[in-house]
Amino acid sequence: MNNSKERIIKKADSLNDVFTRKGGNAMTATHYCPGCGHGIVHKLIGEAMDTLEIQDRTVMISPVGCSVFAYYYFNCGNIQTAHGRAPAVATGISRAEEDAILISYQGDGDLASIGLNETIQAANRGEKMVVFFINNTVYGMTGGQMAPTTLIDEVTTSCPAGRDPNFTGYPLHISEIINNLKAPVFIERVSVADIDHIKKAKVAIKKALEIQRDKKGYAFVEILSPCPTNLKQNTKEAQDFVNTLMEEEFPLKNFRDNINTTEPIKRLESDFTKETLDNIFNIDEENDLNIINDSEFKPIVTKLAGFGGQGILSMGLTLAQAGVQNQKHASWYPAYGPEQRGGTSNCTVILSGDLIGSPAVHDINILIAMNKPSLEMFEDNVRDGGLILYDDIISDYTPRDGIHTFKVPGTKIAKEMGNVKVANVVILGILMETGFTNIDPKYYEAAIKEIFKNKQKLIPLNIDALSKGAIWAKENINL
Amino acid sequence: MTNEPYPKINILECKSCERCVIACPQDLLKLSDNLNQRGYKYVEYNGEGCIGCLNCYYTCPEPLAIEIHIPIKEN
Repeated sequence: MNNSKERIIKKADSLNDVFTRKGGNAMTATHYCPGCGHGIVHKLIGEAMDTLEIQDRTVMISPVGCSVFAYYYFNCGNIQTAHGRAPAVATGISRAEEDAILISYQGDGDLASIGLNETIQAANRGEKMVVFFINNTVYGMTGGQMAPTTLIDEVTTSCPAGRDPNFTGYPLHISEIINNLKAPVFIERVSVADIDHIKKAKVAIKKALEIQRDKKGYAFVEILSPCPTNLKQNTKEAQDFVNTLMEEEFPLKNFRDNINTTEPIKRLESDFTKETLDNIFNIDEENDLNIINDSEFKPIVTKLAGFGGQGILSMGLTLAQAGVQNQKHASWYPAYGPEQRGGTSNCTVILSGDLIGSPAVHDINILIAMNKPSLEMFEDNVRDGGLILYDDIISDYTPRDGIHTFKVPGTKIAKEMGNVKVANVVILGILMETGFTNIDPKYYEAAIKEIFKNKQKLIPLNIDALSKGAIWAKENINL
Repeated sequence: MTNEPYPKINILECKSCERCVIACPQDLLKLSDNLNQRGYKYVEYNGEGCIGCLNCYYTCPEPLAIEIHIPIKEN
């Protein structure tokens, strides 16, 4: 060989030199079967990334399927997502990182089956991403089962007599479906069956990435690809299968190319500064209370239950907030029916001196019931020595032995005050006065001020209701 | 040896899929009777006639199996 100047065409810099993430004893080979189309497409993408100089901006989203390990090979940002969720994750990254170039690399099982919704929604929003859709008509990784794209009469392990449209429908034409949407900038179906097709695929892949480089929006490239292993074909048969039967069902064509008429997408810039986030989550670091661990303060579980509209959930929130004001750990776990009005509603509040393991527990120390069904549903969950407060709108109730049970005039006192809506706070005042929560009354008051801080004029009414409840308890409850 | 392009085949990486054998317009590639370390019959270049069309490179699914060297002619 001579030593004069030469041009060398070889692996793109955007693909790793050694696949160290892959491990094992063949770290320079892909995990793909011989003759698989994935490696060919990987090389084309890597080459386009080099040419367009976008390696530093690119995040590759690996799917579930044979290409689950795409992150072994691409030397760029990498995330592997749950089955079918690649476009959703890509959307998040694209929204958070203005300059990122998102590649959602998916097979037909991942994209056309479990991920079809995400695929269509992302395309319809015109997200800034390119989706490379590898269509080989079969589930590869799991052993060659029927995919949404499997051809009529095609044999797979799960349709051994060939796909029967009367039984499993027809092959899904994803590019055509995407082409019904307005937002996508570029849609093309190509093939990597043989070298003539690969040359055309190379152009389409580069163009789709060019759209990403220029932030113009959504591009979709469907790539018909051979799977000689699962379809039990030799190389020639695999190429012929893609070139004839697959192309007949999935004609190769450019469906849309608006690259030259599309302007870059302009969105508000993301702001992840700590100040902004603190503001959104209502965090005031200097003045916020820190929780203090206190193993002496044993967990107290309170179940609050009643009709929707009785203020059950906000009563629970106020109780949890009282715990927080007392620098205890607190959890609030609501459960309610689908009705906006009416229906039943309950929540579990745990106050604890230690970290709370689970916010949903069966056994409770305190039950506050504001209607009869709730009382009947949860009374058996109250531990011996526990407390039940039930509103006096409930009649005919025989208390269990071993439980401190009190019928309390929450609704009655609230009515006397002229506002039946504060019945919940009256009962909270009664609970406060019993001392069962081990939280000092001043923290209940602080909690009401915190809960109503955006509705200042409601604070006096609620504090009044709280103390009316407390006064009633002082006079009527002897523990 | 003439100053012509040639494919450099990394025989360790060849998986014997034969895509390049089919893709070569000059019919210059064939599978060896020998096995590489990973147990595949690897592809071999017959030594001359390469026109530098890159077909074998692009059709090969393994990123590290083939590279093409093309001399730059200086006038």
